[in-house]
Amino acid sequence: MEEVVDQSLREMRDTFASGRTRSVKWRKTQLEAIIEMVKDNEDKMCDVLFQDLGKHSTEAFRDELGFVMRSATTALNCLDKWVVPKKSNLPLLFYPSTGKVISEPYGTVLVLSSWNFPISLSLDPLIGAISAGNTVLLKASELSPNASAFLAKTIPSYLDNKAIKVIEGGPDVATILLKHQWDKIFFTGSPRIGKIIMAAAAEHLTPVTLELGGKCPTIVDHHSVSKDMKSVVKRISGGKWGSCSGQACISVDYVLVEKSFASSLIEMLKPMIRSFFGENPKESGCLSRIVNKKHFQRLARLLNDPGVQASIVYGGSMDEEKLYIEPTILLDPPLDSEIMNEEIFGPILPIITLRDIQESIGFIKSKPKPLAIYAFTKDENLKTRILSETSSGSVTFNDVMIQYMCDALPFGGVGESGIGRYHGKYSFECFSHEKAIMEGSLAMDLEARYPPWNSFKLTFLRLAFREAYFKLVLFMLGLKK
Amino acid sequence: MVKVFQAADATDLVTELRRSFDDGVTRGYEWRVTQLKKLLLICDNHEPEIVSALHDDLGKPELESSVYEVALLRNSINLAVKQLKDWMAPDKAKTSLTTFPASAEIVYEPLGVVLVISAWNYPFLLSIDPVIGAISAGNAVVLKPSELAPASSSLLAKLLEQYLDSSAVRVVEGAVTETTLLLEQKWDKIFYTGSSRIGRIIMMAAAKHLTPVVLELGGKSPVVIDSDTNLKITAKRIIAGKWGCNNGQACISPDYILTTKEFSPKVIDALKQELEAFYGKNPMESKDMSRIVNSNHFDRLSKMLEEKEVSDKIVYGGQKNRDKLKIAPTILVDVPLDSQIMSEEIFGPLLPIITLNNLEECFDVIRSRPKPLAAYLFTQNQKLKERFALTVSAGGIVVNDIAVHLAVPTLPFGGVGESGMGSYHGKFSFDAFSHKKAVLYKSFIGDAAIRYPPYSTGKLRLLKALVNSNILEIFRVILGLS
Repeated sequence: MEEVVDQSLREMRDTFASGRTRSVKWRKTQLEAIIEMVKDNEDKMCDVLFQDLGKHSTEAFRDELGFVMRSATTALNCLDKWVVPKKSNLPLLFYPSTGKVISEPYGTVLVLSSWNFPISLSLDPLIGAISAGNTVLLKASELSPNASAFLAKTIPSYLDNKAIKVIEGGPDVATILLKHQWDKIFFTGSPRIGKIIMAAAAEHLTPVTLELGGKCPTIVDHHSVSKDMKSVVKRISGGKWGSCSGQACISVDYVLVEKSFASSLIEMLKPMIRSFFGENPKESGCLSRIVNKKHFQRLARLLNDPGVQASIVYGGSMDEEKLYIEPTILLDPPLDSEIMNEEIFGPILPIITLRDIQESIGFIKSKPKPLAIYAFTKDENLKTRILSETSSGSVTFNDVMIQYMCDALPFGGVGESGIGRYHGKYSFECFSHEKAIMEGSLAMDLEARYPPWNSFKLTFLRLAFREAYFKLVLFMLGLKK
Repeated sequence: MVKVFQAADATDLVTELRRSFDDGVTRGYEWRVTQLKKLLLICDNHEPEIVSALHDDLGKPELESSVYEVALLRNSINLAVKQLKDWMAPDKAKTSLTTFPASAEIVYEPLGVVLVISAWNYPFLLSIDPVIGAISAGNAVVLKPSELAPASSSLLAKLLEQYLDSSAVRVVEGAVTETTLLLEQKWDKIFYTGSSRIGRIIMMAAAKHLTPVVLELGGKSPVVIDSDTNLKITAKRIIAGKWGCNNGQACISPDYILTTKEFSPKVIDALKQELEAFYGKNPMESKDMSRIVNSNHFDRLSKMLEEKEVSDKIVYGGQKNRDKLKIAPTILVDVPLDSQIMSEEIFGPLLPIITLNNLEECFDVIRSRPKPLAAYLFTQNQKLKERFALTVSAGGIVVNDIAVHLAVPTLPFGGVGESGMGSYHGKFSFDAFSHKKAVLYKSFIGDAAIRYPPYSTGKLRLLKALVNSNILEIFRVILGLS
């Protein structure tokens, strides 16, 4: 394995040094190939996603395949614009110098993706790395082995395999990869592993983007959205259970609602769940399964806490063999239970009641900064408070998850939920070094710039730097001391 | 008697500042502008003391202190005060059909409680400039100045305490012990200026808390000189940028020169001529250059000069005085590429010239080394300029001048690879200390059924239409008609 990594790195570095990946034409060819790869292999991709996660093909297309195709198309359409150097306006003091900023690829980058959206979380960063002109090594997660194998087998036959490589494996392979020097590392996963990645990157002063997670709260201000409550419930349910069964970094983790409305909310959620998955969600074919036994046991443990068990108001049934957990609703589980202190990443939805919805601000602030905050409210005051008093990667009002689709918005965390961001143009920037270029003129020269120093030069420069040009002129004319 | 800074002090400090931040002390526009204006008062009222401290610590000439530290800071503060309202305003973002109907914006929010660790060579500039960024972005900030510039460090501590809001802005003086204690705390951002070696330690400590960092490091900034250049101006600018900027002890100092064998004698002559014009026949006596900061660095530089196969390559200068911590401007030619002086950042008044058969070779030489903070080129050849700008990877590139880009607030200043990560100056400073929070405002109109289970092949067809931008289908879908 060490040999393979060494050789891959050497080849990618040579390819980068050759300059091939810098050409816009090369980048576009690769992006087109990604689109082609997805189009040609739709069925196979849906297949592997079903094998790894029990995803329905519609969910697979919506969350992964379609998303990737759109991302690649956006990059294709915008690339010519993105690569143009940005001209900088220089202060008059520097005339006639000019300045600009060029986006330059970092070089050879490493993308480590996650198991819950193994296609899109692998290909989307890849799209960013390629559009920025890098060579890239992708390691997909071993916890989604079919998707990982598919990518390892298929990418080389579509993309330039001297520049874009795929490696399979688990933590041991990751450890070997992290010992090497990369020009950038892009990681999607848990905060715990994020810390390990960043520490490894520190050895080589490698910049990182870490897309992590957290407990994404959903505030339901029933006073102001009562008219649209059906929509609210639909969106929350769709966001929680309709996307990888709650195993998503931006999933609705828990709901905050006033005590007076809690039971009404629950009574609306129940039929909504049934409308999505029928009376027997296990057989519906529309609910992803839990990824593996380890995560199943983790979720079971969260649920089996006596205080949590007592708070189950809907669902709760589990089938370890089928890795199935029923869409489950909890009402006020103990706040110090594990389920309220770690990212759930599963189909269990705690509903936390408050006396007053304004308390949701303080509640959210008492926890690490999440990747997303969702708030269903039309109360402008509350909106302002949420925006200015809480901190999160993003805030979405009156919907959930959808910010992921808006590629004019940066997607990334803050604090425990991550470092850096991507999507759309931000993906291009994520994998680029913004290099400042300044050009001076050899035709003109200012004596005052040079030693030996004297008080004339000092005054001149002081005035020049202050951009007090009028005073400077007076000074030069001897009319000012 | 100064109280010894201990672990509990570090924890208390962060707790206190976090409380101030949570109470909203630093968030408002008024507070930020007031603090910035106080920094301006420091520059206005205390320039002589600052000049004096810099002279004590570094022997820095008054002009360098006045212009390259105080004046630059004044500009930086004034720009921030002028632009702050603009910087703080959210950016509108475009939404697309898939999220219709919605509006989106990016809101700038402070990160929280940040740590700025600065360096000894430009102790005022490199301390206050990042602090300007931290304050304008609305953070509470702790500054740890370098102990290797003790007069400046203590003046900074005194002035910041006197003028700024100490519930949110603090200075901690000290060395390794104090820095280590600070690094154990959880910060929302760490901004470090210094060496690559320490940069690694900083990032490693930051990793424990997933703290984002800006690392302004260094490297060997090469200067490529083409034979078509105006040699007189080239030599003057190199000298002013090297010995005229803290005597070569600057992160973007021209470290070594690359030129052709043929042109090299002319380069050396031009440099000698201008060096004499600037510093006289006895540069060791000139008051227009900083001294070497301390005996450790003096010894480090001496060792570089004394290395076998290096000492005999000196063509100008070479005089040393350990008591006065002075080394004369020294030029060397064709020292071995694996010598100490060509392997580590010089950070001193020594300038090696490496000659090439063909100027083309400069690209390989530069590429074979860690990416520097700056790379310089002197030429009139347009094609060479373009090729250099495109293919040389460095923090920043300057053609036909030295170091000036540092003073331009509209250019991001930062490194890449070994020379660092992140950038600042102007709005980039504000951005460096901000979290750009994405905000999406969605309405309840139109809820496309395809978003929700139960899934069906019909829904799949519609999704594909959406992705493939089949306009008619899209509208039907979005309006919930499908």
